[in-house]
Amino acid sequence: MGSGHAHRLYRHGHSPVHRLPAHTKIAAVLAFVLTVVATPREAVWAFGAYALLLAAVAALSRVPARHLLTRMLIEVPFVAFAVLMPFVAEGPRVEALGMSLSESGLWGAWNVLAKGTLGVAASVLLASTTELREILLGLQRLRMPPLLVQIASFMLRYGDVITDEMRRMRLARLSRGFTARGVRQWGVLAKTAGALFIRAYERGERVHLAMLSRGYTGTMPATDETAATRAQWTSAAALPLAALAVCLMGWWTL
Amino acid sequence: MHVPDGFLNAPVSVATGAVAAAAVAVSLRGARRELAGTAAYHGAERTAPLAGLVAAFVFAVQMLNFPVGAGTSGHLMGGALAAILVGPYTGVLALSVVLLMQALLFADGGLTALGTNITLIGIVTVVVSYAVFRALVRVLPRRRGSVTAAAFVSALLSVPAAAAVFTGLYALGGTAEVPLGKVLTAMLGVHTLIGVGEALITTATVGAVLAVRPDLVYAARGLARPLVLRSGPVATPGSGPAPRATAATSTDSAAGPAPAPAPAARPASARKVWAGGLAATLLCAGVVSFYASAAPDGLEKVAGEYGISSQEEEHGLADSPLADYGVASIADERLSGGLAGLIGVGTTLAAGAGVLVAVRRRGNAGAAGAPAAEGSGGRAENAEDGAGRTPAGSA
Repeated sequence: MGSGHAHRLYRHGHSPVHRLPAHTKIAAVLAFVLTVVATPREAVWAFGAYALLLAAVAALSRVPARHLLTRMLIEVPFVAFAVLMPFVAEGPRVEALGMSLSESGLWGAWNVLAKGTLGVAASVLLASTTELREILLGLQRLRMPPLLVQIASFMLRYGDVITDEMRRMRLARLSRGFTARGVRQWGVLAKTAGALFIRAYERGERVHLAMLSRGYTGTMPATDETAATRAQWTSAAALPLAALAVCLMGWWTL
Repeated sequence: MHVPDGFLNAPVSVATGAVAAAAVAVSLRGARRELAGTAAYHGAERTAPLAGLVAAFVFAVQMLNFPVGAGTSGHLMGGALAAILVGPYTGVLALSVVLLMQALLFADGGLTALGTNITLIGIVTVVVSYAVFRALVRVLPRRRGSVTAAAFVSALLSVPAAAAVFTGLYALGGTAEVPLGKVLTAMLGVHTLIGVGEALITTATVGAVLAVRPDLVYAARGLARPLVLRSGPVATPGSGPAPRATAATSTDSAAGPAPAPAPAARPASARKVWAGGLAATLLCAGVVSFYASAAPDGLEKVAGEYGISSQEEEHGLADSPLADYGVASIADERLSGGLAGLIGVGTTLAAGAGVLVAVRRRGNAGAAGAPAAEGSGGRAENAEDGAGRTPAGSA
């Protein structure tokens, strides 16, 4: 939302979760989150079970809880939205704490909070235990189009360069006594954005030419083609399978 | 604006995921053509580095904070900017990659909502802004001000359009019984305001790029006139002077329009900017209020159909409450939709006037210092004193 993405999530480690091939982890997290979203919101206990499952994985990965919890703060804007829901939604009202709240709005808020938090927690856990490069390789092994993987890898490789370029422009503005206070300064900032685009695009042209001169023909050579073993797939599938069991139980008890 | 997990139900998330995948597949083909550049010898291998760097730019520019005042600040979403600068296909690709990386590496936006986020932020904003931009550029006269106005309107419309599509998705697969009319009105109102900010930044950024590298602005390609060598009246076939002499006369300021886009909008064109801005504002007010009044009917219809078709299993989406909201609040919606439009127009006018006043003040100071230095474009019109010093024959 409003804040930038200043810090990367990855945390180096040697746990079993770290060692799993990236594509099995991505597939597992995706299946897990889909299962969570498909769970009926009335089955409150199921979300507790999901949280326990994630906590177990986090314990296995030996990523400190503080690391995970602070990274989950990215969700905060939606908490605000969820808090508003009981007030604006319609339907039967309930009296609580002296306020008239909508019953469906309360359920909706609970739904967004529970599923959103679990989704963010799962994503943070994935990003904390998998390197950037590995995630890209994993996406490629999951049959994402190679061109898209290449674009993403170029973005990651040069993202810091472009961000640094922007930081230098900011220093240059500051050293000339510029402070952005309001809308009046947007012209200067927009010129910064325009200059940044030109620099990024021209850098892309130079990168392309440099790669051409080194024999680039549009595809990247595949350096490691290690497929995941059956045991690795099984251990990665443990999380979504357990979640699926919980989900089915949730529908059953409804 | 990133939608988290659990906001929309599973079927809608999967459906928008399919839409996003299809759009990205189409864009992967289209981007090769867009990024091939002017040189014919460049092949498809140009796509990855350039689209990747554009994605890095979008990623970085989203971190550029634009202060609004009172300690708050906003940032670009970048859909309209990417569409205008690099074209719709590359724009969709760049934004999709940025959203994918944000979801996977920074846990911003849910994984199951990735398709929804790509559809809303990547596809809807890019397609709407590019279509509006091209249509406006085709209709308006071929001038620099037209490009500015088209950039403004297209960026302004792209944000409420995404909000409207979000409301539609929420009607299909929302997880709380929020009255749709209210949601739509609130979303459109808020996002029209956000769109004004997006439009101001996008317009200024496109202007900055146009001033330096007009060939890089994809959507405005073909608008810049090719440079022409003018021969003066001296160059009669009989006298046959040297070509250098005729070239020297081509700087004659009365000869006509500037050969290349002028480096910056001087106060001379303030009146045109005014007229263009006003026309753009009225146009978008009309279109926005059209959205506000037309969309609920379609939404109600779709939601009603959905509710009817799944009446048996879905209690929450039974058709009666939705139909009730629609009938009961339509008049109110129109009213409040129009109100939102009026607020948007008022804010646009106020903001535009503020910017113009600032530009003119600075322009006056510059013109007092070096009145003749900037006049190389040959435009003699001078709107400095309004009625005072406007020379005849140039308006």
